[in-house]
Amino acid sequence: MEDENKLSRRSALKGLAGIPIVGGALAGALSESLSAQSQKEKILNSLNISASPPPPVGSMSGDPIKIGIIGFGGRGEHLCRASGHATRQWLERTSEGGLKAFKDQENLNTQITAVCDLFDVRAESALESFGNNVKRYRSYQELLEKSDVDAVIIATADHWHAPISIAAIEAGKHVYVEKPMTHNIAETYALRDAVRNNPKVVFAVGHQHRQTQSFLTAQDIIKKNILGHISLIQANTNRNSDNGAWQYHIHEKASPQTIDWDQFLGDAPKIPFNKEHFFRWRKWWAYGSGLSGDLMTHDYDRVNCVLNMGIPQYVTASGGIYTHRDGRNVPDVYQVNMEYPGFVSGERNDKTRGMTLVYSATLGNQHNRRTILMGNDATMELGNSLTIYADPASKRFKSMIEQDIIEGGDAIYSYDPAANAMDGVTSATSKYFADKGLLWTYRDGKRVDSTFLHIKEWLSCIRHGGEPSCGIDEGFEEAITAHMAGLAYKIGRRIEWDPAKEEIVAMPGEELDRILLADTENIYHGIMNPASVVETMG
Amino acid sequence: MKNDSYSKGQLNALVLLRLFIGWHFLYEGLIKLLNPSWTAKGYLAGSSGPFKGLFQWLAGDAMIGAIDFLNIALLILVGLSLTLGFWTKLFSYFGIGLLILYYLAYPPLPGWEVTGPSEGSYFLINKNLIEAAALAILVQFPTASYFGVELLFKKKLKNNPTT
Repeated sequence: MEDENKLSRRSALKGLAGIPIVGGALAGALSESLSAQSQKEKILNSLNISASPPPPVGSMSGDPIKIGIIGFGGRGEHLCRASGHATRQWLERTSEGGLKAFKDQENLNTQITAVCDLFDVRAESALESFGNNVKRYRSYQELLEKSDVDAVIIATADHWHAPISIAAIEAGKHVYVEKPMTHNIAETYALRDAVRNNPKVVFAVGHQHRQTQSFLTAQDIIKKNILGHISLIQANTNRNSDNGAWQYHIHEKASPQTIDWDQFLGDAPKIPFNKEHFFRWRKWWAYGSGLSGDLMTHDYDRVNCVLNMGIPQYVTASGGIYTHRDGRNVPDVYQVNMEYPGFVSGERNDKTRGMTLVYSATLGNQHNRRTILMGNDATMELGNSLTIYADPASKRFKSMIEQDIIEGGDAIYSYDPAANAMDGVTSATSKYFADKGLLWTYRDGKRVDSTFLHIKEWLSCIRHGGEPSCGIDEGFEEAITAHMAGLAYKIGRRIEWDPAKEEIVAMPGEELDRILLADTENIYHGIMNPASVVETMG
Repeated sequence: MKNDSYSKGQLNALVLLRLFIGWHFLYEGLIKLLNPSWTAKGYLAGSSGPFKGLFQWLAGDAMIGAIDFLNIALLILVGLSLTLGFWTKLFSYFGIGLLILYYLAYPPLPGWEVTGPSEGSYFLINKNLIEAAALAILVQFPTASYFGVELLFKKKLKNNPTT
């Protein structure tokens, strides 16, 4: 009996010996996760970052807003989809996910009533897809005369942005224009005057990343002075594909019979019909603006929406056509230094003042160089997600580094609205835009097309009043900065902004707009001389 | 159970192996359970190898919630089974299943590069596969009725064979 008891006691011990082991694992896991949690809380409490609420938008109910689309190429189609209208061809070719996202998109209560495109195939595609209410107009002037157009979306080649915007504003139509806002300096002032003289018109520039949640969070990080004094910012373009270098598809039906070539040229130099110029206009200064207007403007405005630093005082630039010597005259490698000697961020003291924004671009390599804002307390990496790294020599984080709560140089804060969402991005160019927060963003954990949100904000301002997040003042700063960068590249000297006179400083005899748009690469490649441009074109 | 035919040393070594593997599973499961923001999404989406399509599908929005739940639940259950000593055969099979999935998500095959740091060098065989093989041993040589909750039930059965 005693033996049996002994045996059963031993059995009970061996039978239940696992319980303290489980307890041990649980205690270990609890203590580990609690300590990680408390470290995290200490850091988060110290940083106290909260995402600013997205720009407020009102209800979309009421009479539908009647939209005219001017320029119905790839971007024009996207802007129409963002407004709720997809072409039949797109619905047929898009992926299941794309179709679902489009169908789930909130109804913005708009009608496309008018289309103007200089290529018959595109205009007909709009007519066929958007129902009986839509009419085609051969010129934007005709379209703007129509009373069944309340607002226009302008997605033409760059050299038409300002002339059409100005005409539309003067005709009382609300305007959403693609970036860059203008193609030359003079029209930047003219467009600003037109908007200021017509306060009832809602004018928005298509920098859709202003809706991106990570940028709204970044604004709060700057407001709370977490980075300290920012002295250097790097923004980059890295693309290495035909599409990324603007080698777009040339439509097989393109011909002088299907394209209104003279109207396309507008004020650009008169040259014979050229399909490549029509479809790949981004490669020539006469219609586009190369890396400065096309891609640097994205990066510039991404930083400007976070820092509000405005127009740089000085701009220098260099680069060349190093990968795509295919007849283009805009550079494919391009470095721009934008100087802000008066820039102050963080705590004000005698020592910290001034900042350089470096834009570095190549269309011959797609190694992902992120946008980084470098302050004397921390560095912020900014894209669709956002990460902050404490600087090892930071004064702000000194005590936390000493207490081993954080390690200098390590990431101390990460904001990733996509942490629980899977993003299927296939093309290299799409990935480039997505990483920059230019394709979509997140609202309440759901992925949303940022262009849709930007259009929605514009429509809300039309219905309820208010200022779009990228209006004429932001557009003015974007356009002037892009033109300064273009001039710095072409002339090869430091270009200066005179903030009192609000003008770009020109040397005697220099006609800046002529130099900016001239059919030349740049001065130090021996290809042009600004003086000779003035003479030959004057 | 043929515990009587093992030496005490053999039995103790097998129990030790079972407890270690059980501890490993249990701790992995608990740490994930206690971290509300944990998800296998990044691990699955980054899968490299001939089966990456499958794992990327599992990482998708439709699947990832269920996958995270199942992964944590199975890790903890396998861990409890092996440490406490009940249904060890069944849960060893589940453990083998999990480990083979981890193995297939990043198989150390020539031609499939894994980005990011690795704590060792592997060709064909890695620690996931070795742990799966160790679980196969536990399936073949169960010890729960020597050391574990099953022991208590075994005694009861012996005492009262009709129940």
